[in-house]
This record gives sequence, structure tokens and C-alpha cells, in this order.
Amino acid sequence: MENVFEIHDLSNWFGENQVLKKIRMDIGKNSVTSVMGPSGCGKSTFIRCLNRMHDMTPGFRMSGEILLDGTNIYSEKIDPVYLRRRVGMVFQQPNPFPRMSVFENVAVGLKLNGGKLSRADISEKVERSLVMAALWNEVKDHLRQSGASLSGGQQQRLCIARALAVEPEVLLMDEPCSALDPMSTSKIEELIEDLSEKYTIAVVTHNMQQAARISDQVAFFLMGELIEMDKSGKIFTNPSDKRTEQYITGRFG
Amino acid sequence: MTGAITFRRKAVDRTMKALFCLAAILVILPLFLILFDLLIKGGKELKLTLLIDLPHPVGEPGGGIANGIAGTFVITLLAMLWSVPTAVLCGIYLAEYGKGKFASAVRFAADTMTGVPSIIMGIFGYILLVLPMKRFSAWAGAAALSMIFIPVVVRTTEEMLRTVPTTVREAALALGIARWKATLRITVRTAWPGILTGILLAMARIIGETAPLLFTALGNQFWQTRLDQPMAAVPLQVFTYAISPYEDWHDKAWAGALVLITMVLLINIAARVLTREKR
Repeated sequence: MENVFEIHDLSNWFGENQVLKKIRMDIGKNSVTSVMGPSGCGKSTFIRCLNRMHDMTPGFRMSGEILLDGTNIYSEKIDPVYLRRRVGMVFQQPNPFPRMSVFENVAVGLKLNGGKLSRADISEKVERSLVMAALWNEVKDHLRQSGASLSGGQQQRLCIARALAVEPEVLLMDEPCSALDPMSTSKIEELIEDLSEKYTIAVVTHNMQQAARISDQVAFFLMGELIEMDKSGKIFTNPSDKRTEQYITGRFG
Repeated sequence: MTGAITFRRKAVDRTMKALFCLAAILVILPLFLILFDLLIKGGKELKLTLLIDLPHPVGEPGGGIANGIAGTFVITLLAMLWSVPTAVLCGIYLAEYGKGKFASAVRFAADTMTGVPSIIMGIFGYILLVLPMKRFSAWAGAAALSMIFIPVVVRTTEEMLRTVPTTVREAALALGIARWKATLRITVRTAWPGILTGILLAMARIIGETAPLLFTALGNQFWQTRLDQPMAAVPLQVFTYAISPYEDWHDKAWAGALVLITMVLLINIAARVLTREKR
């Protein structure tokens, strides 16, 4: 399988505090990778390195390399703005833009990314993104309504549509279901499965069942270290590290 | 024993509550007294001619403050024309980019300027513009008012932008939107009702300022369309009429004050309506 991301010895620090320790990981094209582990293990910190969301955080430092299609994304040549168009992100709390309609929420990335798209092109892309995010049928008659008026689960799918609209290659999802009810969660999980045909997806989760349901491969983080990474079937039935076994059998975390 | 303690506690409770209420009444009382007084004393001169006529000489009945109303609008809008963009952009700088010493210095300067007595702004405008131009002018008046307007709006804009959650900024950046665009088109848009309210409240403040105009716009008995000439303004007319020894001018001062406070009230109401609208 072709690798989209290759991560070599990634360590990082916030001030004096080291979070990640020498992470090595490959993320294959059109696969779903889950990053799981207890709170504070560095899984969110890790995923946010992949689209350089830490750039603005004062005191952030890192070492190691993150290669996207063979190019180090932290090299001088890479503009984080363009990187983020290739590597989209969905956050833990649904965060549609307040004061923007459903339509505007999805269209805003297209409009502000400098492309010269006609009105019709934008409408078409907005519709396609909403269809992909499995939200179109629910909102097609309310496109002018405020994005904040949707339910939590709908808002999260709106955020997914917003991320898809700019046509990224990779979609990072930072605990996308942790603020949602079980029904909305299962919708998002189905969606992740559908999207993995076209996109490379990395999902942070602390829910093991979810990791088992959605992913091709699972990475288990503990105290900033990558303990183990393997096929999802293997890691939940026959993990090679004792700590992984302890975690999945519920002995800690 | 317990009964007595309970009684005492309840009595203290009631007394304190009464004190809080009393303080609240004392706060709003002046506003109502002023309004009441103005309505009684200014009401009798409040005729249509007040709003559409030029001032008449002493002793001649009738006449109005039309030129002052127009002048107040011209000077205020002129001041806002350059103050709004400057102040809002500076507020954006402080909220979104300003982390270092320079930003702290700007914040400190803005806070200090907010406390500077407004007559100082008038004198400053006099030295800065009136002396070199060798004449009083609407420009100079607007400049003096700007110095009151800008620091207030800088700080309210900054405060309002700080209420925008970080998740909104992150979501915008994660879409691959350049930072300046994300700031202007998303963060500022999110905080816009609050920023607009700040602008309107500052406008209400400068519309009634008298001292900064005394040495700058000066006032005028006639229509003035040129901005480099002395211009009338309602607060100046109220001031002139109020310190005059003539009874009929005193009545006009009251009426002018009523007009002024009505303008301020209307702007304040507009500001409230704008913030209440879907939040």
C-alpha cells in the first residue's frame, strides 16, 4: 500500500514539557487510521502536527520529520496554508461558523481560498460536499438557515462537509463523535467508512469499540509514546504489547 | 434562641437587599431627573422651527438650531470616517496579533487616552490644526473628536474579538484560509454585532462632547458647507445659549439639550437593538 504520511521520530514540546516521544508511523492511502489512548497521551497533539495546527501555539517545538508524499511538511518550502488545503480537519466540538448559514459554512472555504469560481460552481460543490457528508437530504430546504440552528450531529456533518468542500486528500478527525449522541455517532462512523474510499482518514478516539468498528489500522498511544500499531483485527484480538492488552481489557485508562 | 437568630438573619438579609435596590435607584435617578427637567424646560421651545431654522438674534422670537444639528452630524461623521477603520483595525491587531511589548504599550496608551479630559483633546486639536491652518474648522473639530473616539473603539473591538472562541479561528485556518482573510472574513464577522455596538456607543459619546469643539470647530451662527471653516454644533449652541444673560436664549439652550439627549438616546437604543438581534 502506498503511504501518504511517513512520520520519522516525531517528538515535540510545549515549553519545557515534552508531549510526543519519537513517534514513527506510516499512514496508507485511502485507509482509516485510528489513534487511540487514554486522555493526555498525546493523540490530539499528534494529529494536530499533521496539518501544522500547532504553528500558532507559543512555545511549540518539534523534532523529527513528517513526510507528506515524500516532502517534509515542516520544511521551508511548504506553506502551511496550502498544506491545510490538502489536509483537512474536523474538530472535537462541532464548530460551524456562527452567523453563517448552512450554505455559507460550506462555501466559505471555496470563496476565501482565492479560486475564481462562478456562483454555479460554488453551488454545485456545496451540494456535492453536503451529499458526501450525508447531510444534503436533511438541509437542502434550509440552506439559508443558520448553521448553528442544526442539531449537534448535523453540525458535525456540516463541519465535515465544510472540510470536504475544499477537496483535501487527507481528513484528520479529532474525536469527532465525543460530543455526539449514539445515533449521530453511528451516522458519522458510516460516513467515515464511505469517505475512506476516496480519502485518507486519521481519527483520534478514546473509544475502543469505535476504533475497532471504523479503522483499518489502529495506533495505541500512551504517555506520548506510540506503543503499538497494527491492523485493527490484530490489535484487539492479539496485541503484541502487554500495555495495549491491559488498555483494551480495561485494566487502566 | 434559634428563632431569634433566624429573625435576625432574615432582617439583615432584607436590609442588605434594600440597600442594593437603593443603590440601583440612585444610579438611574439622575437620568430620569435630567430627562424630566429637560422635557419641562426644553419642551416649550421644542417646535418644528427649532429643527429647521437658523438661530435668530437676541430678542427676536423664533429661530432654531438647524445649522447646529447639521454641523453635529457633519463633524461626527467626518470624525468617524477615519476613526472607524483606524480603531477597528487597531483593535484587530491587539486581539489577533498583539502579543509583545508594543501591543501592551498600545493598550496602555488607549486606556490612558480614554481617561484624558476632553478639553485637552480640544486644545491639542487647536495646536495641531487650528494654529497651522490659521482658522477654526470642522476638520479640527473632527480631529479632536477622533481622539476621544479611537481609544474607546480600539478597546471595545479588542474585547469583542476576544469573545470569539478559538475553535472558530482554528476551523478557519484548518480550511487552508490565509490568516488575514480568516481574521477579517470570519473572526471579525463573528464579533461584528459587538464591534458595531462599540462604534455606536462611542458615537453617542462624541456627539455630545462640547469641550473639544470649543477651540476647534468654534461654532457658527450661519450655515457652513465648507469643512475648513468654523462650523456650528448642537453642544456648542447649548453652551453659548446657556451662558448668555438672555431669558429666551436660556429656553433655547434647554431645547437644544433635549434635542441632543434625544439623539444620544436613539443611538443607544440602536446599539441595543443590534446586539439583541440573533446572537
